[in-house]
Parts: sequence; structure tokens; C-alpha cells
Amino acid sequence: MSVIASKISTSSEAFRANAAQMQALVAEIGAVAETTARGGGEAARQRHLERGKLLPRERVRVLLDADSPFLEIGAFAAHDLYGGEIAAAGVIAGIGRVMGRDVMVVCNDATVKGGTYYPMTVKKHLRAQEIAEANHLPCVYLVDSGGANLPNQDEVFPDRDHFGRIFFNQANMSAKGIAQIAVVMGSCTAGGAYVPAMSDETIIVRNQGTIFLAGPPLVKAATGEVVSAEDLGGGDVHTRLSGVADHLAEDDAHALELARRAVGNLNGPGRAGLATIDWLAAEEPLYDPAEIAGIVPQDLRQPYDIREVIARLVDGSRFDEFKARYGTSIVCGFAHVMGMPVGLIANNGVLFSESAVKAAHFVELCSQRKIPLVFLQNITGFMVGQKYEAGGIAKDGAKLVTAVATTSVPKITMIVGGSFGAGNYGMCGRAFSPRFLWTWPNSRISVMGGEQAAGVLASVKRDAIERKGGSWSAKEEAEFKQPTIEMFERQAHPLYASARLWDDGIVNPMKSREVLALSLAAALNAPIGETKFGVFRM
Amino acid sequence: MISKILIANRGEIACRIMRTARRMGIATVAVYSDADCAALHVRMADEAVRIGPAPAAQSYLDMASVLRAAKASGADAIHPGYGFLSENPAFVEAVEAEGLTFIGPSAAAIRAMGLKDAAKQLMEKAKVPVVPGYHGDAQELVVLAGKANEIGFPVLIKARAGGGGKGMRKVEEPGAFAAALSSAKREAKASFGDERVLVEKYVATPRHIEIQVFGDSHGNVVHLFERDCSAQRRHQKVIEEAPAPGMTEEMRAAMGDAAVAAAKAIDYRGAGTVEFIVDASEGLRPDRFWFMEMNTRLQVEHPVTELITGVDLVEWQIRVARGERLPLAQDELAINGHAVEARIYAEDAARGFLPATGTIGHLSFGSGMRVDSGVVAGDAITPFYDPMIAKGIVHAPSRSEALDGLAGALARTEIAGTVTNLSFLIRLLRQDDFACAQLDTGLIDRHLAALTDEKATPPGLLAMMALAASGMVPTDAAEDAPTADIGPWAHWVAPRRTVRLERGGEICAYVVCRPGASQWTVSGEGLADGITLSQLEIGDNGQSWSAVIDGVRRRMRIIRLAGSVTGFAEGASHERMLPKAVRSDLAAAGGDQITAPMPGVVKQVLASAGQAVVADEPLVIMEAMKMEMTLTAPRDGEIAEVLVSADDQVSDGAVLIMLTGAADAG
Repeated sequence: MSVIASKISTSSEAFRANAAQMQALVAEIGAVAETTARGGGEAARQRHLERGKLLPRERVRVLLDADSPFLEIGAFAAHDLYGGEIAAAGVIAGIGRVMGRDVMVVCNDATVKGGTYYPMTVKKHLRAQEIAEANHLPCVYLVDSGGANLPNQDEVFPDRDHFGRIFFNQANMSAKGIAQIAVVMGSCTAGGAYVPAMSDETIIVRNQGTIFLAGPPLVKAATGEVVSAEDLGGGDVHTRLSGVADHLAEDDAHALELARRAVGNLNGPGRAGLATIDWLAAEEPLYDPAEIAGIVPQDLRQPYDIREVIARLVDGSRFDEFKARYGTSIVCGFAHVMGMPVGLIANNGVLFSESAVKAAHFVELCSQRKIPLVFLQNITGFMVGQKYEAGGIAKDGAKLVTAVATTSVPKITMIVGGSFGAGNYGMCGRAFSPRFLWTWPNSRISVMGGEQAAGVLASVKRDAIERKGGSWSAKEEAEFKQPTIEMFERQAHPLYASARLWDDGIVNPMKSREVLALSLAAALNAPIGETKFGVFRM
Repeated sequence: MISKILIANRGEIACRIMRTARRMGIATVAVYSDADCAALHVRMADEAVRIGPAPAAQSYLDMASVLRAAKASGADAIHPGYGFLSENPAFVEAVEAEGLTFIGPSAAAIRAMGLKDAAKQLMEKAKVPVVPGYHGDAQELVVLAGKANEIGFPVLIKARAGGGGKGMRKVEEPGAFAAALSSAKREAKASFGDERVLVEKYVATPRHIEIQVFGDSHGNVVHLFERDCSAQRRHQKVIEEAPAPGMTEEMRAAMGDAAVAAAKAIDYRGAGTVEFIVDASEGLRPDRFWFMEMNTRLQVEHPVTELITGVDLVEWQIRVARGERLPLAQDELAINGHAVEARIYAEDAARGFLPATGTIGHLSFGSGMRVDSGVVAGDAITPFYDPMIAKGIVHAPSRSEALDGLAGALARTEIAGTVTNLSFLIRLLRQDDFACAQLDTGLIDRHLAALTDEKATPPGLLAMMALAASGMVPTDAAEDAPTADIGPWAHWVAPRRTVRLERGGEICAYVVCRPGASQWTVSGEGLADGITLSQLEIGDNGQSWSAVIDGVRRRMRIIRLAGSVTGFAEGASHERMLPKAVRSDLAAAGGDQITAPMPGVVKQVLASAGQAVVADEPLVIMEAMKMEMTLTAPRDGEIAEVLVSADDQVSDGAVLIMLTGAADAG
């Protein structure tokens, strides 16, 4: 394979300035992550510990193999929403290894408003299940939640993708042989009771976990019966009398050990997709991934060669480029990430018809060969103008969108710069169900740039004013445009996006190689199916 | 003619006998108890026969079983090794009655030396000097106390049937005599089934020097010089050497002559050892040694004699048993260089030499020494037998070279999975008085604190051990995922894990964190502000760990087993257990139970159900690993239930007694 020869000078001033800026962005996101990792704050954590419970992140660690990575998803969910107090939307989710097998862990954080489900909590839980289902990952639910957040009930209960969908997913994953294991480590009330009840195998902690449709206060109100939580729905009741749970644990650590054993008894293929690919021994890139910081310009509008990034992501910096001389604003080619073969599609400028058709061709190749696709998204959009419309750029863009939408190979998207307009669709945005979608701290996402959007709105308004014979000064126009520009700027920010789960999380660009490898490895738990494309508009 | 030898023993001595037999073209038969079915001696022998369950009384001490094994295997001779049936005259008679050859002395010779007082009278007749003392039949306190006064304090009370320090008590003054006597009698009764004792002069600055003798059935007796076994702890030999430091030709001749006279007095045949107590207060003087006892068998420490004389004592035993004459005459024997032996035991020197059990998950002896071992990695040290792991012996031109060589080889020895006395042995070999041969049997006791003081684990090693124990570093390539090499990893917050390590009941928590791909930090007890380990490298099957700590690349040996992690540094092994989480309902009840601290046998139950007890009141006397221990009430209360009775074999952690009431009184 050919090796990318980097042209970057790591001692240049531009490199150093870029690196400094990226480091600052990474530090900013890292600080948010650190705060989020502390959950509901010190007082709530102390109360949690005093009850003899392990903190939620400790629960996840103890569940996982000691040498396992943890590919967390939705770490920034609900950031700055609901008054900014709902760290990680009150639920920790991610992929790690248990007994050598990749599993999806969903762990309520009871230190955050009792682990109740806010709208984003539901969305994150469902996203975790969606990932598990797509990638055939057994699910382990570490349950400690008061159920639906009542003040927000209209946004968590009634709709299709609300609370009930959790149980629909459990049933359907179980039907597909994707194991559902619940560990009841705290409350599991009302609807929440169905998480353990709908699981294939359930563990409950004595004197700590409770499962009931109605808690003691509600029971007293309804029937006058006075009963303690433990007698109503504690571990002893459910493992000895009701059979709602299968294993009784003495404490959190014991419960997690039992959960590990349950995963150890799953049998089944694990990493089925791995069998269909030709994977090699992993190899470090020739160039240090840390140098990515200095490559990415500070200004999104400033172009740079995406191959410099690819050289720092792939094994041995080896990249066999496809159609390198044609449609050069998109870069396609084959490489390996930690031994796993990938087809890379990366933007290197605005999309033209040729670039779109070339990328569609490349998606066909990878689908035929069952090679996972990785999209490195940095796109302002498709080329506009009479010449291009007449040339059928919409038709060519549609070819790419069709190919991306219908391919059966795993797709992983990383937004490394801008994600604007229809370019987002062609480059496998959220709507196109990539198995994982990650963003960089410098990325921006919106239907178009703020300036352009404000410009469009301003020209509409100017037309209306001038039709009425009025006049609009440049100053007035600038004042009119400013709020739109600011709104776009705010809403395009990766934290704004990640808070709403438009993606699976913001990642450190220097760790992108690991993120891609872990995403691929997770995706390869599911077999890669045959692709049947839709009609390509020719 | 001897063509097949059954070795009525186990462990290192069985293996050692087999090596010589094999070299002589003689087939070997091992016997084994259920606890030893996969032991090294069983695997090493040409044939092996089961002789009973684990307890020695029902296997290695069961004469009928051993004889059946000999018949079944067609062995024509039996070698008894040491201990077990080796000095049992009835066994010799039984063997010979079956028409088999006993590789050892006659029953009569064993009997003559078996009871110490009778042996001493015999020796007096043979003009062998004996220690002043009372060896009579009277056992009443008044008589024995009176005799003690005649001899003059301090005196020594010893079991008449004893050996190995069992039933032995030193008494400093008349007031302490009664208590010591009853204690010695109880131990004698427990150990030998015979509570009779004798009283002897206690020798100050005593050295234990013994003479190896050898006789044949043609009336020839030679001695193979002396061994010095003065390095003792509670009358148990720790380090033995030959020749004895400071020995003069005159003294050696006198002792050799006395030993040969002793052997001749009982028509001794085979290998024997005549033990003398020597007053070393003014150097070694020919008029200051006294006969103590004669061991009518091969000694544990025989290898040091072999190394200085070039004689294979087991070969001589077999040849003599075949009726041959002694291969060498006295004037053909000479001393070449110096040899020293250390007994490596599974015991916790820092905690009163508490015997230990466990599975030896890792065993690697340092090069440069002869190793007589009965175990290999993976073997268990069980509570049923002596917890000796191996003997290490070094032969060198001089004493100092031998000591250095042995200390070095022991320092390179790695044993994990059980506590050992290795660092105690190394410190003793390097102890100033010992190194310059200022020996006496009290040396170890005088310096006990320094010899057993537990050195703090060096912080770098401790940090690396915590890292190894955390399991966070992928060390085996068995994981069949492309991402296995990534290890613990997370997007933003550095992966961390809490590791709990236990040492002597004390549990410390360490937080292991991975701030960067090749950087780890460990913080916790004894690590000051935390230790940073960078550029981690692991080799040698996950046993060699290396990292840059404070700017210096440091390499360490670390063995990680299922239940423990052991680090080796500067001749000391630092072991930490990985505590198991508390799981059972009972355990949750807390101080309501008296549990067995280790596997053993209940000797006596001192409490009964319903009885009120106060804190520290003795409730159960257990014997484990040849040690008696008293388990006391942890608090005031009432006995709810007694779950065991005398002679019950109990396992580690077994609940013996349940307490009730008064748990939270006040």
C-alpha cells in the first residue's frame, strides 16, 4: 500500500498556533466532561455512598474487565438543559468489555435527581439501545432510577420514542438473541419496574434494590396497606417469592460480579462481523496522532489537506486512494485502523457532481466487499450555481445519498470541521444512521452558515421593504442579521449539538484513532449483511 | 540384593532418595496420601501407591498400609527418609518380618536411642560425656523440682520421647518450674503420646554441633565430621553448616571419637547423627561438649556433609543395607571447603513464624545452589505436613563465600502464593554475629526483631504491584479483538480503578489511573503524593515490569496470581493478597463468630452452648501446622452454639463457635 507523505512542518508558526487553539478547545470540553463525570454533585454523591452504594461510574468500572476501554456515548447529553444540572442526562451509557465480550452498559445515576428520566435521558437510553441493536451488543442495565421525571411527563411518556420504547426495544432485542441483563441496584418504580422484568436475566441487591409498580406511599393511599419498601419489592421478595429477579446479591460489588458471570454464560458468536473481514495486526501510524491539533486550521473556512489527518489515523499511515485524480474535492481510499480494514470518505472541499459520483462509486465498492465505511466530514455543502444545477448536481448528490442510506456495511461518521446543508446527508449525517457519530471540539453543524442564513433572511426582508417603497440602511440590515448570526453560532456549537444527542459525543481529535477503532470493533459484533441499493437517478 | 526401593516418605527427602536410587539403577516406589496424589515425589517415582487419607496418622504413619504398598509393588527394600516411621523400631521389625530390607539401623539400635534418659545412661557407660541432669522415672513435680535445684537453674525440661523441640521448656528460676512442667508435659503428650519428661542442665552460650556417623554390618564405624546447627529458633534448626566454625582438630577428634563410641555401643548400622551440646563461652574446648541424643536416621541437613565430603550418604545407606562394607575408611575421609544449608519454609517470620499454607503459584530458585525440593510451581502447601518448601545448599571454598553464595541465591529465589521465610534467612546469613561465626543457639532470639522486622515495601515496587494487581494493563495477547491493545481508555476522564491490597489483615486501597496511553499513576497508603510510572514495558510472560519512575528506568519482578501479587526487591519478597469481597449472610453478622484462622484440628473446646463468656476468654484450642493456638472470645457475650468438637478437622475460615447477646452492651 502507498504511504502518505506528510507535508506538515511541526515547527511552523501556523502549526503551533493551530495546536494551541485546538488544545484550548480540548481543555474546554475536557473541563465540561470532568464536571459531568461528578454527576449530581458532592452532597448527592456522599448520600449515595453512605447508603453503601458504589458511585455509578465505579459501578461501570467494576462491571467491566479491568483492562477494558469504555467507549462512552452521550457524555454531554443535557448539557446546559433543564437548568444545567442534569449531568450526562442522569444516565451513563457506553460500550466496554465484560468477560472479553463487548456489551452496552446503561447505568442510571441516582445522584442526578434520583436518576429520573428527563426527555434527554429517554433519548439517550433509546440511543444506547439503538446502538446495541444495530451492533448486536448484549445490554447490561444498572438500574437505580425513580422513573419518569414527573414535571416533564409530557415529553417522556406518551410519544413513540418515549419511555415505553425502552421496553419495546428490550423485547425486540431479546427476540433477536441480543441478551438483556438488568442489575437492580436501587429503585425501579412503576414503568421502571419493567426494565428488570423485561430482561432475560436479572440480579437484585438485598436491602437496596426495589422493584414495584407502586411504592409504599402509593400503596398506602390506594389500599391503606402499610408496608416497607423491602417487604413490598426488595431482593428477598423478588428472588424467593415473585421470581421477578433471578439472583440475590449482597451488595453492589457482588451484584456486578453476578452480572459478569451472566455475561460469561451468554455463549454465542460475539464479534460475528470480525469473521467476515480480513484483519491484520495493528500498527501505529507513521505520524503522531497528537499532531492533528496543529494541522486543523483555526478558521473553519480555511482549507487544508484532509490526507494529513488520515495519515495520523490509519495504520502505518498507509492509504490506497481511489480515483485520486477525479473529483478531487472528496478523498476516498482503503486503509486499516488498528488492523481493521476501512473505506475512508473524507471531504477536501466543496462537493461537485464528480466528487459525489466518485464517492457513491466508492460506497458501492465497500458494500460489495463488506468493508466498513468511515466518513470524515468537513463540508460546507454542494456547489451551487446555474452551471452546477444544470449539470445535475442534485441528481449526483442524490446518488451519493442513496448509496450512503442503503448500504449494509457499518458506517462511522466523524465530523472534523463543518457540517452544513445537504453535505451532511451525503456524508452520512445523523439521519443516515451511522453506527456512531462523533464530533470534534472545533466542529460546527447547521443547515447553512450563520452569515448565509442571515443573508437569506435579510434579502427576503429587504425585498419586502423595498416593495413597499421603503429603504433599509446597511446599518439596519447588519442589526437585523446579528441575532440570526448569533443564534446559528450558538446552535452550531458542538456542545449545543451533543447536549441534544445529535451525535454520540465530542471526542478529543488526538484520540480519534482509538475512537474509530473501538467504534469499528463494536460494529463488527454484528455480521455484515448483503447490500441492496435503491434506484440511482442516472 | 536391592532392586526396588519403596520410599516411605514424601516431599523433598523422598525425591532426594529417588535421585540416588535411580543413579544406582534401582527402581523406586512412592507412597502417597490423598493430599499428595499429584505431588512431585509421586510423579518422580517409577511406581506410586496410595496409602490412605491426608492425615499422616492414617497414611505415612500407618505401618500396615506402607507394608501393603511394598508387597503390592514388589519392592524389596524400604527407605524411611526422616520423620514419620524412620525411628520406629516396631516398623523395622515389621519390615524385616516381611522379609524386606529396612534401609537403616536395627530395631534394637533405634530402641536404645529412643528414650533419652536410657540413652544417656548407655552413653555414660560408653564414656561419652553427657549433660548433668535427671533422667529417672519419677515424674512428680516435687521430685523434678528438687532435681532441678540440684542441677542448678537455669534448667531444661525435655520430653523423654521427644525431638525437634517438642515438649521442651527452658526454666530460668524455681518459681516458673511448675507452669513450665505442665506445659511441657501437655505438649509431649500431644506430640508423642508420652508425657514423661527429663530435666537437664541448661548450658549458656550453647552451640549445637552434631557428628555424622556411619556404620556397616561388619562392625566398622566412621564419622563424617561435624555439622553446626546452632542457628536455631525455638529448637528448630534454621541454617546448618559444615564444618563448624572455630572447630579445632583436637576438638573434632574428641567429638568424632565420642560419636563413634556411641554408635559402636549400640552396634550401629547405617547413617546416624550424634548430637552434642557445646559450651562455646570460651571457644570450642574438648572438655565442653556433652551428648544430647542420637538420631538413628538420615538428617534433614545431611547435604552439607555430602558437599564437604563428596559422599552420597543415601548411596552409602543403600550399600550398607545390601551388606557391603563402608566404602571409605576414616583416614580416607577429608573435609573439602565449606557448605551451608538453609531451610525454606512457608511461614510468616514477621508474625511469630506463623506457618502458612497456600498454592505455590510461582517458584523459581536462584541459581548457584543445590536445591532439594519436593514441590514445583502449582503445588500446594497443605496443613497436613511440615510446611518446608525446599532446602538450599551452597558449597564454596570458604565459609564467607558459602554464606554469600547462599544469601545471593536465596535473594534470587522467587516464591509466590504463600508467605516464606526467605528474607529472614537472607538477613540471618548476612547478620554480623552470624557472618563472623559468633554463634550460639540463642543468636536468632537475641536478634529476632532485626531479623524479622518487616521492611516497608519500596514505594516504586508497591505502585507497580498495585498496577499489576489492578489488571488494567493487558498482559496476555489471548484477547482476540483488534482493539485488545488499547487497554483501559476513555474519551475524556482518565480511566481509574481502585485496588485493595491486603497484608497481615490490613487492607489498603490504591487508586490506579491512566492519564496517558503510556503513563500510569498510583496513589494510596505508603506512596506519598502518588507515583507516576511512564513508558511501561512488560516482559517475560508478564513477570518483568519496567517503567520510568522519577526519571530512572526501574525493572522489577512481579508475580500476579489469582489471589495475590508478589513483588521481589533486594532479596525480600513483598506479598499482598487480593481480598475477596465479603459474600455470606454470616459474614455480615460481624463479631458473632469464632472462626478458624487456618486449616487445622480442634484440640479442645473450652466452652459450651449457653455459657456466658467475657472478652479474651479462651474458647477453643486448635492445632494447626504443628502449632497450638488458643482462640478467645472477641467480646463479652453468651455462647449461642458450638459447631465443632475435639479432633474435628476444620478448614480455613470455618465457623467454630457462635456468640450471642451483649454485642452492643453499653
